Amino acid sequence: MATTNLAPVPTSSTFPVKRTKSAYSRQRTRWGWLFLMPWIIGFFAFQLLPIAFTFFLSFTDYKATTEFKPGNFNFVGLQNFQRLFSDPLALPSMGVTLKFAAIGIPLGLIIPLAIAVLVNSKHLIAPSIFRTLFFLPTVIPVVAGTIIFNGVLNSQSGWINLGLKALGIEDPPRWFGDPLWAGFALNLLAIWAVGNAMIILLAGLQGVPTELYEAAIMDGANYWQRFISITVPMISPVIFYNVTLGVIFAFQYFVPALLIGGQNGNPQGSLLFFPLHFYRQAFVFSDMGYAAVLALVIFVVTMVATGLLFFFGQRLVYYAGGES
Amino acid sequence: MSTAVQAQTATAAKTRVLDKRALRNLSSTVILTGIGLLVLVIFLLPLVYTLATAFKQDAQLTAQNAPLYPAQPSTFNYEGKDYPLYEVPIDGTIKRLALIKPFREDSDMLDPEHPENGVFNVKGRWRTWTPVYTFSLTLENFTTAWEQVNFPRLFRNSLLLGIISTVGTLIACILVAYGFARFPIPGKNILFIILISTIVLPPQATIIPLYILFSKLGWTGTWLPLLVPAFFANAYDVFLLRQYFMSIPKELDEAAMLDGASPLRTLISVIIPQSIPAITAVTLFHFFFVWNDYFSPLVYLLGKEELYPISVGIGAFVTTFTNYPGRAAATAALTLLLPAVIFFLAQRQFMQGVVVTGVEK
Repeated sequence: MATTNLAPVPTSSTFPVKRTKSAYSRQRTRWGWLFLMPWIIGFFAFQLLPIAFTFFLSFTDYKATTEFKPGNFNFVGLQNFQRLFSDPLALPSMGVTLKFAAIGIPLGLIIPLAIAVLVNSKHLIAPSIFRTLFFLPTVIPVVAGTIIFNGVLNSQSGWINLGLKALGIEDPPRWFGDPLWAGFALNLLAIWAVGNAMIILLAGLQGVPTELYEAAIMDGANYWQRFISITVPMISPVIFYNVTLGVIFAFQYFVPALLIGGQNGNPQGSLLFFPLHFYRQAFVFSDMGYAAVLALVIFVVTMVATGLLFFFGQRLVYYAGGES
Repeated sequence: MSTAVQAQTATAAKTRVLDKRALRNLSSTVILTGIGLLVLVIFLLPLVYTLATAFKQDAQLTAQNAPLYPAQPSTFNYEGKDYPLYEVPIDGTIKRLALIKPFREDSDMLDPEHPENGVFNVKGRWRTWTPVYTFSLTLENFTTAWEQVNFPRLFRNSLLLGIISTVGTLIACILVAYGFARFPIPGKNILFIILISTIVLPPQATIIPLYILFSKLGWTGTWLPLLVPAFFANAYDVFLLRQYFMSIPKELDEAAMLDGASPLRTLISVIIPQSIPAITAVTLFHFFFVWNDYFSPLVYLLGKEELYPISVGIGAFVTTFTNYPGRAAATAALTLLLPAVIFFLAQRQFMQGVVVTGVEK
């Protein structure tokens, strides 16, 4: 400790004695490693090694009904991977997840962006109250949100269908009772938590220099032209960030589906999301070997999707401060 | 004189232009605020539905011609018995009458304002008449849900889990963020990229080995699998804190170090006091995360009902309560109450934190 007290503090000027600097910086480095330790240990113990182990398990027939030790499982080669192609639920459940993603990712950008533009307008009275109230559903726990939508989308007593009937729609959808509509009903639930995306996009909008709009008005650009050729490019990094989060979110999504449709993703498997299929294999059927393969599919799909997004996104995104 | 007149006309013209502009501004304000209110009403409709339903008796939900607000059919007491009131059209006017004895095509009615006139017969089908409702809140759904779902236990569990886990996350993430923000570590940028990329990692990719590990340690069926990982930092919160720490002038810690403070001392007496907004945001985020988390407690606590947090505890009632919308709504309302109150109290810190993680990449 005494050496710490004696160590000179670096300034921007060059150091007179080189050895003291290296001793000092070596010590700073040691401190740095020490501070990073919680994350490094956690990263190895709870992330890196488990992923490697998931990979290992995918070549075994281990069942969670027995203790994990040699003798309780066999190596089965690529059998689990072959099973993926004969699994009658693998493809449909991936379809449910992809449909959810295909609807949810664009909606999850457009609706928050529209609301952000609205609450950013100088013509809106009391914008901070609007922001707070639009954010409110985001802090509602997922399970509570699921209960709420199960009620408000009830085909008989729910207000949505009462409203649709009042608008003259004779036969409104039965939502969670109809395989065609159940997935979309969960899209609605997911988009209800608009808050984070709205606030991030709003901050992006507020960061666009007003001179750009003034110049465009001089040039006679109308509102829509200004939005497309100034706003969107200027906030493209934030859009990119939101889309990335949306992709990650969509491929992990299953909890409300489990709560409403049970382990089979009812009605008629229309809510059997791929992660729900995984959950069932692992923790209901205890079939860890095959579940490991399903987990790897989720992992690889997420990685590839975000990888592609970064590859193509980086070309489309405009960074005002130059390349970052 | 002429200059004064000129000035006057100029001012008049200016005011007219201003008036025109003010008018245009006013109309856009009205239109935009109107659109905003409409969208907001649609957005908050599920919440309004939940509150209204929670305070209703379930019978009202299926009753014909019942209002949307919580209410009960009005009755009139006649000779010791309660009879429902209906709005009955008679000779072009609508009268409030008590239905004493319903028949198919006509009914025996009583005028509550003149009960002394006695029961009289009215033609018409009583099912087509609108019942009279008065606003009335029932707390029955809350009391039933409170006991059936065992809310006191769930609240206690979630609060305890949330507090311990948040303390662990704060300690770990502050240390790690400080390390990333201030110390010369070889390969620091690569390490930081690795940290950030773990955000992409789906929990499904790690949960089977972790489940096996925690079973081997005898930790399944306890809170340990939920609490211990919190003490090892996570990408989101480290990122948020690191961004904030980097905005604190380095001169402040250097001054502290000149006074002989160790890095840990500097962290505690310089960095942390300067970072209260970021620390508040992390506290809120993590507490909300624990309150919300369903997957991990479901897997690790399976069957141990006495340890369930609120998310898993009420999860089982989503389908159980499908036929009891009032109870379901009361359950949802009780679950979202605490997060909503905390959010309203600390909304600025909360939203500020979201902006830091999202914009300053």
